[in-house]
Amino acid sequence: MSADVELDHVTIRFGAFTAVDSVSLRIEEGEFFSFLGPSGCGKTTILRAVSGFQEPTEGEVRIGGKNMRGIGPNRRPTALIFQNLALFPLMTVAENIAFALEVRGASRAARRRRADELLNLIALPGQGDKPIAALSGGQKQRVAIARALAVEPDVLLLDEPLSALDLRLRQHMRTELRAIQRRVGITFIYITHDQGEALTMSDRVAVMSQGVIQQIGDSATIYDDPATAFVASFVGENNPFPGTVTQLADGQAVVDTALGPLRGRNGRGLKRGDKAIVFVRPEALRVGAGASEAGTTIESQVVTKELEGSLVHVRLAGAGAKPITVSLTNDGTVPVLEAGQPLTVVFDAARAVALPTGHLADE
Amino acid sequence: MSDFVAVFLALLLALLVALIVQSRGASIFAALGEVKFVERNGLVISAYMVTAVSVWVVFMIVLPMLYMVDFSFRHNLPPSEVGGPEDVHTLKNYAYLLLGRKGDEELLNWLHLGVFVRTVLASIFVTLLDLAICYPIAYYMAQVAKGGRARLLVLCLILPFWVNEILRAFAFRILFGTSGVINSVLIGAGLLEEPIDFIRADVALYAGLSYAYILMMVFSLYNAIESLDHNQIEAARDLGSPWWRIHWRVVMPHAKPGIASGCTMVFMLAAGALAAPQILGGPSSLWFTQVIYDWFNQGANWPQGAAYAFVLLVSCIAFVLAVMRTFKVRLGEIAR
Repeated sequence: MSADVELDHVTIRFGAFTAVDSVSLRIEEGEFFSFLGPSGCGKTTILRAVSGFQEPTEGEVRIGGKNMRGIGPNRRPTALIFQNLALFPLMTVAENIAFALEVRGASRAARRRRADELLNLIALPGQGDKPIAALSGGQKQRVAIARALAVEPDVLLLDEPLSALDLRLRQHMRTELRAIQRRVGITFIYITHDQGEALTMSDRVAVMSQGVIQQIGDSATIYDDPATAFVASFVGENNPFPGTVTQLADGQAVVDTALGPLRGRNGRGLKRGDKAIVFVRPEALRVGAGASEAGTTIESQVVTKELEGSLVHVRLAGAGAKPITVSLTNDGTVPVLEAGQPLTVVFDAARAVALPTGHLADE
Repeated sequence: MSDFVAVFLALLLALLVALIVQSRGASIFAALGEVKFVERNGLVISAYMVTAVSVWVVFMIVLPMLYMVDFSFRHNLPPSEVGGPEDVHTLKNYAYLLLGRKGDEELLNWLHLGVFVRTVLASIFVTLLDLAICYPIAYYMAQVAKGGRARLLVLCLILPFWVNEILRAFAFRILFGTSGVINSVLIGAGLLEEPIDFIRADVALYAGLSYAYILMMVFSLYNAIESLDHNQIEAARDLGSPWWRIHWRVVMPHAKPGIASGCTMVFMLAAGALAAPQILGGPSSLWFTQVIYDWFNQGANWPQGAAYAFVLLVSCIAFVLAVMRTFKVRLGEIAR
């Protein structure tokens, strides 16, 4: 059976509040698909609709082409990994992993065998008899994955499972999760508000805001070619320059902003006179006067300089309260910068993007 | 003679304490100040707390109990002979429960032993009945109902308990009596020809006792189930578990201490109940507490009554501890 997951105009309302607004998308079998968005954007609600804990108000969830309405979470080919993992603390590691087999009436020996198999898969061999409390955070994480994989679900749903781990472990678990997904080859649907997680692990990412899908695409597309102002401001750092389109040429738009005319790619059909925002990434800005084309120079003053290891972030005074961030590689060429000193930065218009005005992610 | 010695010893002890306090007062207070408890609460408050608690424990709990224990090992003597040569310790009060009067045809005191065993069995039954009734209610309140509805349910459970025990018991009599509400309704509806004697069948007694201790059970269970992370229930469900297995493998193991404390309380209270059996019991069914009560009151035989009461107390405690051991519940967990 193919295990494509399809959402067909799925709308979920809680009273007057619309948590998910007519979401339609198709997740291919074997894909690592992430929903990325700030908290309250409806991504967890979508996950609950796929797992069966929440019926859509309107629309259909289909798994392998089969409408899932009325089918409870215990009878869907999905397994869910909870944000807090929800391991059973009164059972051993092996009992946790084999719980779904116990439910299906597998013999004690068969359960033990499968648990040992999965313990090998998650690199915790021979730890089946430990109590859950004896495991570290990362080990619990892996046990939760093993427990969900025990009955070979077609779709594994993960609800921000890494959020409770510390940074180093989280980065390690990203690689690990991706490796496990490649090994078992089933569909992973991953929910996160951490763009780093979504971008590094996923085949495709759906960026959500206020119950609406803003953009679906692979990591590079999401990062380099955001479809909306929200995506541009939510995924990665970005400097927004709002204004009005004054000129169109060569697939680029010139926007008249508070800091002068600025140029960016016009991939979304902006017309002259439209309200628009030019987004320039901090790493696309560089110090110097050597601008090759008009509308790619920003003149401002230094506010602060912060060293973050391999990068140096320079904050320049922006038009509003928010400063402009310039990220420079710490390769010995970063000039000495004093607060208040005037500074000119330039960018390549091909690396800037002009988008219709829309709501931005609040910091 | 012995009284004189006791007073003399007490005086001697007091003098000794006074002498020590006088000579080494400063260092004693300094040492007291270093005790964590005193350090945290100050000398006055800690002195008050220690005194209050020890007075309460010693005078209200330990001493009367010791007095009763002593009583249960004595002969029932008229006041004039108390302290006389006849006033010696004896096991005859306990022997009576086991063997009955000397010269009876039966070897054992079947009447009282039977009442005792029946009381324990009936209390177990009441406990299990309460557990069965309260578990779904507690689960609903703790994991299913939200906010206002849960509060309303709690209120509905608590309010009826404002009615005092005796009134409630007699109300149950009216409910279950031969010409009571239930029989009238059933006969009126044509479902019954003859009224059922619920009281003779002990239905009224079991219903009354079960109802009386529902709160103990509900709140013990509620506290335990409420602390269970709802995600665990959802996780079990997501892994394919049917509802009964979720309860058996996830909810009940988690709630085990609560189940144990609820069952312990209900069992102890039911075994020690007096009013409900007195009012709701059938003519042929006797509760062991009624036997005890009769020894104290009708029989005016306090030593005998005390012995019976202690047998009930000790065997109930032993029973509860044995059950807890079987189900691997520790005493400390119950207190949570």
